[in-house]
Amino acid sequence: MKKILTLAVAGLMAAGPAMADLVFPSLSYRTGPYAAGGIPFADGYADYFTLLNERDGGIGGVMTSVPECETAYNTERGVECYESTKGEGALVYQPLSTGITYQLIPRVTADHIPLHSMGYGRTSAANGEVFEWVFNYPGNYWDSASVIVNYLLSQNDGSLEGQKIVLLYHNSAYGREPIRTLEVLSEQYGFELVQLPVDHPGQEQGNQWLTIRRERPDYVVMWGWGVMNQVAVQEAANIRFPMDHFIGNWWAGAEHDVMPAGDAADGYLSLNMNGVGDLPVFDEIREYVVDRGLAAGDGSNIGSVLYIRGMYAAMLAAEAAATAQEIHGVAQIDATMMRDGMEALNITEERMDELGMHGVGPAFQVSCANHGGPGMGRIQQWNAADQQWVTVTDFIAPDDSVTQPLIDEDSAAFAAENDITPRDCSN
Amino acid sequence: MPDNLIFAMEVTLNGLMTGVMYALVALGFVLIYKASGIFNYSQGVMALFAAMTLVGIQEGRVPFSHLINAIFGTSLHNFAWNSVPALLAILLTVAVMVLFAWAVQKFVFGHLVGQEPIILFMATIGLAYFLEGMADLMWGSEIRTLDVGLPQGLNTVIDDTTYGWFGYGFFIDNLDIVASIVAALLVAGLVAFAQYTKQGRAMRAVADDHQAALSVGISLNFVWILVWSLAGFVALVAGIMWGSKSGVQFSLSLIALKALPVLMLGGFTSIPGAIVGGLIIGVGEALFEFAVGPMIGGATENWFAYVLALIFLVFRPQGLFGEKIIERV
Repeated sequence: MKKILTLAVAGLMAAGPAMADLVFPSLSYRTGPYAAGGIPFADGYADYFTLLNERDGGIGGVMTSVPECETAYNTERGVECYESTKGEGALVYQPLSTGITYQLIPRVTADHIPLHSMGYGRTSAANGEVFEWVFNYPGNYWDSASVIVNYLLSQNDGSLEGQKIVLLYHNSAYGREPIRTLEVLSEQYGFELVQLPVDHPGQEQGNQWLTIRRERPDYVVMWGWGVMNQVAVQEAANIRFPMDHFIGNWWAGAEHDVMPAGDAADGYLSLNMNGVGDLPVFDEIREYVVDRGLAAGDGSNIGSVLYIRGMYAAMLAAEAAATAQEIHGVAQIDATMMRDGMEALNITEERMDELGMHGVGPAFQVSCANHGGPGMGRIQQWNAADQQWVTVTDFIAPDDSVTQPLIDEDSAAFAAENDITPRDCSN
Repeated sequence: MPDNLIFAMEVTLNGLMTGVMYALVALGFVLIYKASGIFNYSQGVMALFAAMTLVGIQEGRVPFSHLINAIFGTSLHNFAWNSVPALLAILLTVAVMVLFAWAVQKFVFGHLVGQEPIILFMATIGLAYFLEGMADLMWGSEIRTLDVGLPQGLNTVIDDTTYGWFGYGFFIDNLDIVASIVAALLVAGLVAFAQYTKQGRAMRAVADDHQAALSVGISLNFVWILVWSLAGFVALVAGIMWGSKSGVQFSLSLIALKALPVLMLGGFTSIPGAIVGGLIIGVGEALFEFAVGPMIGGATENWFAYVLALIFLVFRPQGLFGEKIIERV
């Protein structure tokens, strides 16, 4: 009996991360309707930390671990995953779900663990004075809505007056996020905004595309995720909507979103927060991770849009951890120190070059007050013949004069609702 | 003619087409419920599994390759042949679904004969989760493009004709037209099979009375395997139609949710009921979204289908074509 108990305890210890590791839990979804997007992101996130372990011996000499917990993009399961992993010494959470993010905000605030909702989640979390433990750099939904409109302005000689733009959105917390910004922008630039929601999961959009065909909009902007994206691209092709006037946000621009439609998807546009193309770091991932049989997947996702984004997220977390080690002068940091590292994060062009990630994102600096980053994005276009995305613009900046007042207003309302006194970040 | 009336006609036509797609899923439920009294929760996952198997075979992929590679350190992905003709792949998938039907009967329902309907229903819930996991393990979670040569996109003949009549061309998807033809053939085939073949008559006998069928020498085991095989075939057809629209991916299993209001409306035991129910739900939700949706924020299709079914249930609890349940006390 004693032997069995000893073995059981040893097994449990082996199954969880060693307490001396730097722990970056991954609330992933490799099953369910949204798995196609969840898998490459989770692979990129895990592979980058494995690369750091194999190549550099971890971060600052401390090995990293990435315990995965399957959420299936389900909010309740996401919360369960958080609760079951936070005791393992978690430094930062990256749930890849706006619904889960909303549920975790009060919990991480109480538990003092940073939450990084990279380009998703609650947009007003960009205000670090109110959301002390939540970060959404390098951009948020309102930034991306503004960037898309700025791109459209550039395509129309600076005027969208009298034009009609349809917002086709996932009828969820995620999909509804850009509406306020687009409403403000429609008033500012004089375009008509038509809102068309699509219910989860988005398999059926026949009525929405009949409406689009009748409305004859100048542009369709899509806030989709999962199967909604593939169906929308196919339906757009079916009604012969011009693909170069159909623009997805940065969660509607992966390879698997366009490939099911085949050649008909050629020319489809989407925003992207990260660069695409071959990066030197991929060779290192292949050498240190894939060839050693340590990859999270089979290596086939390397280089895809969402793999790069997962890897980019891991890089930002690792750089923040290194910054925290530097600030506090210790290698074994805790979640509070990690928060300090995230607030002092400074991503430069030189650093991205050093890491073999030239142009993977914009250079930016996080601060106590600004947890949102620069909010920049690039427009990419699908080339169906070569089956690859082609970047067609440089990084485009959002219009802060539009987004910042909305962020201030929403975060102030959140602070009032939750009895939060905003921090003073002036020092 | 007023524009709104013309648009409503277009919406109605598209609703009918969508209804046919719902009916394709509902048919599988009806077949199994009619013959065995089991409400098969796993019908949607069967459509997913069948479609994934079809694409896997078509692309010459090695089943369970992720598992094999993880255990043995190999890098197997595809067989030497990289593509299999669509027709052959469909036939092989049908064979897999027959094998699946046999396994379900042998390992699950063969052991549950005589159990309460709720036990059988719960077994199908377990089966759904098992099958979803099996599909993932066999073929992976990536989205696959399904191409069996079905036409897709705007039907130009209808577009041109209606433009000539109304000055506005109606949009009808070629795939929906194909689905309607296939559904009609499928129903005709199933009815002919049930009426004119020995196995079909045995199936009907079992559906009417298990005990009586058994007493005249009909093998319940064989009939149930046959019924699950037919449901597997219907699931494959539904999987092909829906998978052609969105690619083959895990959300395909959720199409079963659209079959429930169809069944509530059409009745669980009637094949024509599944078709008529599908058409009513398809048209009803499309017209509601067109007329009322914009006033209440849109995206009404999912919940309105259930509201419509519930309204019918109030007046006819057994559904439009379901058998009236009379219990003497």
